[in-house]
Amino acid sequence: MDGGSATRRQAVDEAMRLDGNAAAGILSEVFVPDLTTARAACASCGAIREVGALFVYAHGMGTVLRCPSCGAAVLRVARTRTRLWFDATGARLLVMTAAE
Amino acid sequence: MSTVSAPARPRAIAWRLASVAEVRAETVTTRTLVLDVPGWPGHRAGQHVDVRLTAEDGYQAQRSYSIASAPETPRLALTVERLEDGEVSPYLTDVLRPGDRLELRGPIGGYFVWDVTLGGPLLLVAGGSGIVPLMAMLRHRAAVLQHADARARHEVPARLLYSARRWDDVIYREELARLAEGDETLEVALTLTREAPRGWTGFRRRIDKMMLAEVAWPPAERPRAFVCGPTPLVEAVAAALVELGHDPARVKTERFGPTGGSA
Repeated sequence: MDGGSATRRQAVDEAMRLDGNAAAGILSEVFVPDLTTARAACASCGAIREVGALFVYAHGMGTVLRCPSCGAAVLRVARTRTRLWFDATGARLLVMTAAE
Repeated sequence: MSTVSAPARPRAIAWRLASVAEVRAETVTTRTLVLDVPGWPGHRAGQHVDVRLTAEDGYQAQRSYSIASAPETPRLALTVERLEDGEVSPYLTDVLRPGDRLELRGPIGGYFVWDVTLGGPLLLVAGGSGIVPLMAMLRHRAAVLQHADARARHEVPARLLYSARRWDDVIYREELARLAEGDETLEVALTLTREAPRGWTGFRRRIDKMMLAEVAWPPAERPRAFVCGPTPLVEAVAAALVELGHDPARVKTERFGPTGGSA
């Protein structure tokens, strides 16, 4: 691949980027506590952030939440007609506020 | 008094059937939908809802829209910008009429929220329809401080820097002017990036570091910043605020993606 293609890819990624907050709807289907205010530790670089501050890339295939520090996928969530898929391999730890 | 803390949520957020009470034209491309939502649990300023449209063949399209109304207002208001090639927004802005039904779930997202109890100073930076969730914060602030004394107001001063293409694209223009006029602790600054009316003395360029340094409080005042708008604007503003010395943890962003923020 030439460098131009990588730049284009990056430009597309940047245009598509949203905040973790944008994934709150689908995450609410998986979790009872609001996950956007939970803290997530990136398994790749160790950076700790609120989920709402992660970068979100929402595609037809699903929603990927990436670490703003290193770019690794921290959380992945997808929905088909009958199933919800949640992959947290990229999160070393998730700490959320317990219901009162 | 409405909810100040996040409402306890025992189970998944339910889809509800809202009915359209009123449709208000804000600008040429934006409409405010005022909705009655049976069973609405209340919200915090800055939260959004997911709207779901279902076609006759069962095809569904879902988008997120920010709530424009203050938690103190009985009816829920969404302000929607029509995107030319949009799948959902043209239906919401051009087709929906009072009495029509709309499926939505919410309130969603506890990250990009502010209420008066969190304190100030409150720094709001908007681009285009990114003003919507910030307007909910300003309306909430005005509702709470309506009967407060000057001292209480001075504890939560607010400043809004709002970038629009032209004068006629400024959403809530009259209401913003009215809010600022009646409140010495609220300042509203507009910048018009494409076209300005004759005699315009405000900013005439995209938001940059110099403009933020002029409008925002110094970092030592530790303002809480909320930035909402198209992704390039949000990233430029957030980066500039951090360069100016603001604590990244106090700069919260909400990017409106190419589809108006769907996930």
